[in-house]
Amino acid sequence: MIMKTKIKIENLNLWYGTFQALKNINLEILEKCVTAIIGPSGCGKSTLIRCLNRMNDLIDSVRIEGRIFIDDVNILDDIDVVSLRRRVGMVFQKPNPFPMTVYDNIAYGPRIHGIKDRKTLDKIVENTLKESALWEEVKDKLRTPALDLSGGQQQRLCIARCLAVNPEIILFDEPCSALDPISTGRIEDLIRKLKENYTIVIVTHNMQQAARVSDYTAFMYLGEMLEFDTTKNIFTKPKNEKTESYISGRFG
Amino acid sequence: MNREKLVERILLICALSAIFVIFLIIMFLFKEGLPILKKEGLSFIFGRFWEPSKNIFGALPFIIGSLSVTFLALLIAVPLGLFCAIFLSEIAPGWAESLLRPVIELLAGIPSIVYGMFGLIIIVRAIKVSIGLPTGESVLAGGIVLALMILPIIISISEDSINAVPRAYKEGSLALGATHWQTIRNVIIPSASSGILASVILSMGRAIGETMAVVLVLGNVEMIPRSIFNPAEALTSVILLEMGETPVGGTHYQALFAIGILLFVIVMLLNTASILIRRRMR
Amino acid sequence: MNVYKEEKIMKTLLWGSALFTVFILIAILSFLIIKGAGALSIDFLTKIPTDSGEKGGIFPAILGTLYLVTIAVLTAAPLGIGGAIYLVEFQREGIITKIIRFGADTLNGVPSIIFGLFGFAFLVYYLKLGVCILSGGLTLGFMILPTVLRTSEEALRAVPRGDKEGSYALGATKLQTIRNIVLPQSFSGIVTGIILGIGRAAGETAPIIFTAAILNPVLPKSVFDPTMTLPTHLYNLVSEATPDKLLNAYGTALVLVMIILITTYSALLLRRYFTRNIRR
Repeated sequence: MIMKTKIKIENLNLWYGTFQALKNINLEILEKCVTAIIGPSGCGKSTLIRCLNRMNDLIDSVRIEGRIFIDDVNILDDIDVVSLRRRVGMVFQKPNPFPMTVYDNIAYGPRIHGIKDRKTLDKIVENTLKESALWEEVKDKLRTPALDLSGGQQQRLCIARCLAVNPEIILFDEPCSALDPISTGRIEDLIRKLKENYTIVIVTHNMQQAARVSDYTAFMYLGEMLEFDTTKNIFTKPKNEKTESYISGRFG
Repeated sequence: MNREKLVERILLICALSAIFVIFLIIMFLFKEGLPILKKEGLSFIFGRFWEPSKNIFGALPFIIGSLSVTFLALLIAVPLGLFCAIFLSEIAPGWAESLLRPVIELLAGIPSIVYGMFGLIIIVRAIKVSIGLPTGESVLAGGIVLALMILPIIISISEDSINAVPRAYKEGSLALGATHWQTIRNVIIPSASSGILASVILSMGRAIGETMAVVLVLGNVEMIPRSIFNPAEALTSVILLEMGETPVGGTHYQALFAIGILLFVIVMLLNTASILIRRRMR
Repeated sequence: MNVYKEEKIMKTLLWGSALFTVFILIAILSFLIIKGAGALSIDFLTKIPTDSGEKGGIFPAILGTLYLVTIAVLTAAPLGIGGAIYLVEFQREGIITKIIRFGADTLNGVPSIIFGLFGFAFLVYYLKLGVCILSGGLTLGFMILPTVLRTSEEALRAVPRGDKEGSYALGATKLQTIRNIVLPQSFSGIVTGIILGIGRAAGETAPIIFTAAILNPVLPKSVFDPTMTLPTHLYNLVSEATPDKLLNAYGTALVLVMIILITTYSALLLRRYFTRNIRR
């Protein structure tokens, strides 16, 4: 199978005020693969993926230079951010279901994009819940508040909510850091399954997690991307000294 | 995209409305009141006599009336309010706190005319009987009524600033073997002092600007009070009592707006000082 | 030993001042209830006053206060909520937000009698609206605008950032996010602010005495008519205190205070409900 490049980051620099959080990042992310970004906290990994759906636009005093191509279109140009975010879904560190019912959480995205038909919405809700392996647990609870679900269920609900708008890319920003080991296992299974249909980028501070779910891994340190390779190579024969000491747990 | 810009424009206008109203208030106060202030100059502020029928406009009796009532009110309300604030944040058990909090909010909700009525019928009468004055309407009565009114403001802002004192200060003091009261007096109150000062200044502004509570209990005599047992008249009362009987645009009308300017300037200075102190605190 | 004695005395004083504060409220309320309950009756609430307030009821005053408060809310709510949305969702923290907030705080501090002067000079005389419900309602609306603006702002800021980001990440526009996520979650907080504003507007006397109030018990036919109101009626009864007028004054005060305390208290309950339901 020939892999196609989905996202191409070129010479990306980012400043918060005068602090430079990203330094000359270059990265190619392949379609329908899981790419993990690892590194010690504060290295800029979350900042990097928040560039991919222009979430940083919401933060004051951010300045970005460089180019990010998604399907050969530079998304840092003056593009329609709203339709970009439709194509590039995001799952956040802390599960953030809206204070609505399970059903309305998932229907939220389709509704704001103009789908009103009841039957279509029902179908979307069922399909995405099945896709995110939550259907069996919540099929009788579609009308209960989403906040009544457990943390792990909430996070899978957020994944379902994200799938409901039919994205091409899904960004995971440390999706398991607020969860228990069993929920984490479920979400990792889900990520492995989702890569059949979606391009996935996951930020994690948990190296085992990167090793378990990803095909490619990028290692970041102090705003720089020190190494990028297949996950297997990164974990078995890292080229960079820093990568090696991070992976073997000497710092981070 | 365009719709969003349009909505943003409309919301900006909403956001600016408060400033716009302030601007209009200043404009109309000065339009009506400035001519006579210019003409009379300092004699408007320091003149001891107010006789509109003879075109004599000296606001000093009212300035002194307002200030003396306000200071008396602060003298009563500040210690009481500060103690309540300390009680709430330091020693109140849960049940007492959940009783006192709604009490304070309800006190803040009672309209000023009702405070005035309570003052006229209970406090004025009590002063008359207990001190044996010919009439109980006096600076003292005004001070007590105003004290009740500003109590909730003093309590809530002081409490905020007491709560903002870092726990570590308190623990540090207690760990040295200080008693709770010693800690309150030597550590907590000094650390919260700027917030307490802000609450005092803010409530001073409220007290000077208060109308209905004082007009009913001060006695409204256009003379400089010699003691707290004398009747007096406040800046706000003059406007309320005389506005109805003045032709629009006449000198008397203008003089009332000039009093409005004095009041506005005093209150704005106090409010701004209070805001600045609270901002520096943060 | 001395230190412990001091500690004991001071704690007694602290308890004493708290008790005294509670006592003040009880004194005022029981004063009103004991003296005013005798005046209350269905007739008192539904009849027109006669003999310049010595006899009859206060129906026109209740109605007038209702009208004024309605106009005040219709003025302050759109401006205040709109302004708050602008501050929280559209404008980055900076010089503009500082100016707007300073303006609101300044307006909040303007004495009520000044609002009366301004309402008369601007609305009644300059805009030629005359002494009427509209003039009084607008004046009260300007007065409660800062309350509505600042409480709405607080409510909007309490909406978790994660919820907004979740909505944006699904490709929602700013307007969609505000309508579907931000406003529903801050609704009860905004309503609390409006109710607090109502409580304040209903009790104010000085701003409406030159702009809306008359002594004649005439029912207004439109917003361009003047009206009786509870606080101004109360003021007139108290300031010309004859025994008959005083009885009706107690009754009027009791009705006014009950209206205000019920609205304020419901706002407090709502706020408590609201803060308890803030999650995570």
